[in-house]
Amino acid sequence: MKKLMALIDGSVYSRSVCDHAAWVSRRTGAEVELFHVLGRRDVASSTADFSGSLDADARDTLLAELAELDEQKSRFAQRRGRLILDEARKRLEEDGVREAAVKLRHGDVVETVQEFEKDADLIVIGKRGEAADFATLHLGSNLERVVRASQRPVLVAARAFQPIGRILVAFDGGPSALKAINYIAESDLFKGLHCTLLTVGPETDENRRRLEDAAHQLRAAGLETEHAILPGQADSVIADKVASDKIDLVVMGAYGHSRIRNLIIGSTTTEMIRSCKVPILLFR
Amino acid sequence: MTDDFASRLKTEWFGNIRNDVLAGLVVALALIPEAIAFSIIAGVDPKVGLYASFSIAVLVAITGGRPGMISAATAATAVLMVTLVKDHGLQYLLAATVLAGVLQIGAGLLKLGYAMRFVSKSVMTGFVNALAILIFMAQLPELTNVPWLTYVMVAGGLAIIYLLPRLTKAVPSPLICILVLTAISLYFGLELRTVGDMGELPSTLPVFMLPDVPLNLETFMIILPYSAAVAVVGLLESLMTASIVDDLTDTRSDKNRECVGQGVANVATGFIGGMAGCAMIGQSVINVKSGGRGRLSCFCAGVFLLFMIVVLGDWVAIIPMAALVAIMIMVSIGTFNWGSLANLKTHPRSSSIVMLATVIFVVATHNLAIGVLVGVLLSGIFFAWKISQIFRVTSTLSADGTHRTYTVEGQVFFASADDFLAAFDFKEVLDKVTIDLSRAHIWDISSVAAIDMAVLKFRREGAKVDLIGMNEASETIVDRLALHDKPGALERLMGH
Repeated sequence: MKKLMALIDGSVYSRSVCDHAAWVSRRTGAEVELFHVLGRRDVASSTADFSGSLDADARDTLLAELAELDEQKSRFAQRRGRLILDEARKRLEEDGVREAAVKLRHGDVVETVQEFEKDADLIVIGKRGEAADFATLHLGSNLERVVRASQRPVLVAARAFQPIGRILVAFDGGPSALKAINYIAESDLFKGLHCTLLTVGPETDENRRRLEDAAHQLRAAGLETEHAILPGQADSVIADKVASDKIDLVVMGAYGHSRIRNLIIGSTTTEMIRSCKVPILLFR
Repeated sequence: MTDDFASRLKTEWFGNIRNDVLAGLVVALALIPEAIAFSIIAGVDPKVGLYASFSIAVLVAITGGRPGMISAATAATAVLMVTLVKDHGLQYLLAATVLAGVLQIGAGLLKLGYAMRFVSKSVMTGFVNALAILIFMAQLPELTNVPWLTYVMVAGGLAIIYLLPRLTKAVPSPLICILVLTAISLYFGLELRTVGDMGELPSTLPVFMLPDVPLNLETFMIILPYSAAVAVVGLLESLMTASIVDDLTDTRSDKNRECVGQGVANVATGFIGGMAGCAMIGQSVINVKSGGRGRLSCFCAGVFLLFMIVVLGDWVAIIPMAALVAIMIMVSIGTFNWGSLANLKTHPRSSSIVMLATVIFVVATHNLAIGVLVGVLLSGIFFAWKISQIFRVTSTLSADGTHRTYTVEGQVFFASADDFLAAFDFKEVLDKVTIDLSRAHIWDISSVAAIDMAVLKFRREGAKVDLIGMNEASETIVDRLALHDKPGALERLMGH
């Protein structure tokens, strides 16, 4: 792996994103590039003048006034962005990553990811963002957009980093799951880790054969691997397994279905990210 | 794609709810006197302008391309329809409104919004200055041959409008002006003209009705010139206002969607008995100043306006005209670009002439479309003249004196074709002439004809002529149109 993109926003997850990025970097030697995106101003500054009157040359005065307010705002946002990035870089240094590039960008997170992911092999993002509401377990608004838009695997950082020894692969035999298996077999990232392959669903010959093929591929790559097929609802079964087996990282395919379908029946991926307390590596 | 659309829709409508609603209220309060005043300009009942302002504001909020911009019945379109109302009556105005809307939808679908690029900054400045002058002139009938008390009232109104914001910016000062002047005139029982004297005010919600005009070619020919002018002026002011709001809010807008939106709003407005309108520069500035940014602000302005009119109709009727006149003077002062007067000294003379010509033609004809047309033509001519100055022909004679090389630099087109021909000395006796066009561009038929003429004239004098260094675009037009390289060249050229 050559390079990874770490997206930070100044929330409590930023530290954890750095720690996860550092873990990947230490294992694979990948360069870390830290990104902070200053969101587009959806609503420009406002003067709160309800006098409803038009002075001579009202347009020009108003334009000057609004431009000045916007300038102050974006200066502030820039300063804050640099502080966040500096802090993140320091954190990475403490974690043993010597060189980290930082990038402060204007615009939309998804656009930034699409622009820069060509050079990157992995994207690290926090489970929740700045505006996160922990009580309701809402996920960060940008998370799903980034995962859907990105061509790269996305590592979703949990609230705090825990050393990773055991991983669980949620295996449904679909194309993104196969992609995940190939990735695990080939990448340095997973060397020496214990791997559990889990298929949730009926115990059919087809399921068993596919699962064993995958397990075989991982063993051939030198990973200690066990596998199981369990009946039930995917998100709850996986969450139970994560808890009982003390799994440190879940790998799974993401958002296989359209938004329309998700709107009606809900998304397994979103449920999984929400209910698991461990980091999750998503493949599309 | 669908997701982006949904989230954009959400931001445009509900990204700024509190400020949009408040700004909508401020704008609605300012729209009432304007809508009434513009109806009076057009010579129709106040309710025609009030219904129009409601329906245009609400529909453009939904269909327009520039969130945060205010559209309603406007002075720019009202002044165009004066003679139509006078000669043919209200029903023809409604029909003309519908047709103007249809033309605007067509313009939007044909993406004529891009044609705005030909309207230069000077023409736009001329447009707003002319508009301000027209609004002010429309107030003159209320200020001539009236009791002296009217002047006192108007002056008092202006004082309130301009001085109150220095004390507080929390309440709209035009509203206070209306309240105070109405209270004074009621208390002292002053004999002043009121809004009620100007015609019927709405007491119900607008209803759908077809304009009562014969559907034939004759009607069409009567309303077409008015509709065309209204469509053009409406789009011009709307697109110009859209760029102003773009600048103020540092965001972008969809100009072609705006054209269609204005058209849809006008078509619907004609069918509920309203007059044509467009975006309003002054109101949009007020909206932005009050914090309005989204579609909700224009929508709320329309809804509040109708609500207030239907509920408070009886009270609106007793507002003295003096209060309205004061507000319209404020609008006219606020619309006029005062900086442009100082710029007359410093800006290039050609752009000042364009600006002044636009103003003069509008004020003379009361038709903003004509003024803009004159302005655009003038700026085109000035531009062509300027470009034609960037043109030079130099030449060198070979050592033996038999071969001259002419080097042409710059743009060869209709305005510089004469200079091009004049640069050659046909009297000189030469064996060979080379015309080097590598630093020139051949634009049109006039320049190709000039080249033809030069080549043939040299040939007649017995010189051999080479054209070299034409760039690809020039070569294409010369190959297609030139005659000198085709048989019988001279005869055909002379036949031109």
